[in-house]
Amino acid sequence: MALTTQLDVVSAEREIFSGEVEMVFAPAVEGEVGITPGHSALITTLAPGEVRAVMAGGEEESFYVSGGILEVQPHVVTVLSDTALRAEDVDEAAAAAAKEQAEQALHDRQAQIDYAKARAELAEAVAQLRTLERMRRRSGRA
Amino acid sequence: MAAAKEIRSKIKSIANTQKITRAMEMVAASKMRRALERRNAARPYALKMRQVIAHIAQAHSEYRHPFMAEREAKRVGLLLVSTDRGLCGGLNTNLFRSVLREMEGWDESGLELDACVIGNKGSMFLRRLGTNVLGQATHVGDEPRVADLVGVVRVLLAAYEEGRLDRVYMAYNDFVNSMIQRPRIEQLLPFVSAGEEVLDVYWDYLYEPGAPEVLDRVFVRYVESLVYQAVMENGASEQAARMVAMKAATDNAGTLIDELQLAYNKARQAAITQEISEIVGGAAAV
Repeated sequence: MALTTQLDVVSAEREIFSGEVEMVFAPAVEGEVGITPGHSALITTLAPGEVRAVMAGGEEESFYVSGGILEVQPHVVTVLSDTALRAEDVDEAAAAAAKEQAEQALHDRQAQIDYAKARAELAEAVAQLRTLERMRRRSGRA
Repeated sequence: MAAAKEIRSKIKSIANTQKITRAMEMVAASKMRRALERRNAARPYALKMRQVIAHIAQAHSEYRHPFMAEREAKRVGLLLVSTDRGLCGGLNTNLFRSVLREMEGWDESGLELDACVIGNKGSMFLRRLGTNVLGQATHVGDEPRVADLVGVVRVLLAAYEEGRLDRVYMAYNDFVNSMIQRPRIEQLLPFVSAGEEVLDVYWDYLYEPGAPEVLDRVFVRYVESLVYQAVMENGASEQAARMVAMKAATDNAGTLIDELQLAYNKARQAAITQEISEIVGGAAAV
């Protein structure tokens, strides 16, 4: 029987694969790497692409990863897959959006207070109307 | 019969409220189940990530990443994970209380505070306190994705890397079970090592392309996964707390209806008795 190593493919939102494999191919940023059992410790970032695993029986499984990290230990290979395509500018845009949201919330402070005030006034008006209506009904009945 | 009529309309209105709270309870119960599934699905990644981080901590790398280096604290950052919506009992209040306690402690030690916040309630809380909020993510929904949180995390990490923050904490509700949710505040940065055994073997990774680039990526993903995990815990806690709160509300409405029903019956009975005595009195007078 050929040598095998444990392969785990996970993403932050779910587990994708876990099992014994004979060989793994992964799209490392500096070119595709092939990992066989007993490979020395390696850690590298992955580019978007296909991770292929040759199973113990010679069957192949493949998973698409949108980037991530590959860690190789003598007895275990781990692929930490990203959940979405990640690019520097996309992340930067997300950060900018988070900042903007915080600033917006600060500006909206006034607006929100006004809103609360308006709501209180409205409730008061509704109560007055209701009283008025009740009085009218009563006088109508009398 | 005026009193009886008023009571009857009150009973009806409470019964309607009860219907709503019961529906909310059931919705929260099913959402909690889904939230728990999502939380559990995120576990393997967090576990693997921790293992990799532990390996890195053991590797004798000549490069030391700033996320692992302790430095003297002058400014701390806080990532507050809260819910977007209310009606979930004392969940947020309990969390905010323990956050306040922590804030007092920082204040006493002369530490200044910058915050990032996830969830609407936390945002309002920090605004009331007048805390400087660097970034926020609200309305992420019941099923937040990692991508929804990336922005906030990046704002924090950038502040840490630029030295504007010396330590970063994260506060969230930990889901223990459907009855118990515990507020937790943990240190996010720099990493606190959980006392792993140090191997005598001298080894290091092959880094591709280079140690700084790879470790940077690993640590950013690690922090993201921790935050995602916390958001999952908090989400499950929210649904559980809401379920319990709505169950209590439904029960209370039931008791109220019972009491009002009794009062209504009494009022009706009194009216009938009065009418009979009036008739009898009238007959006697004739």
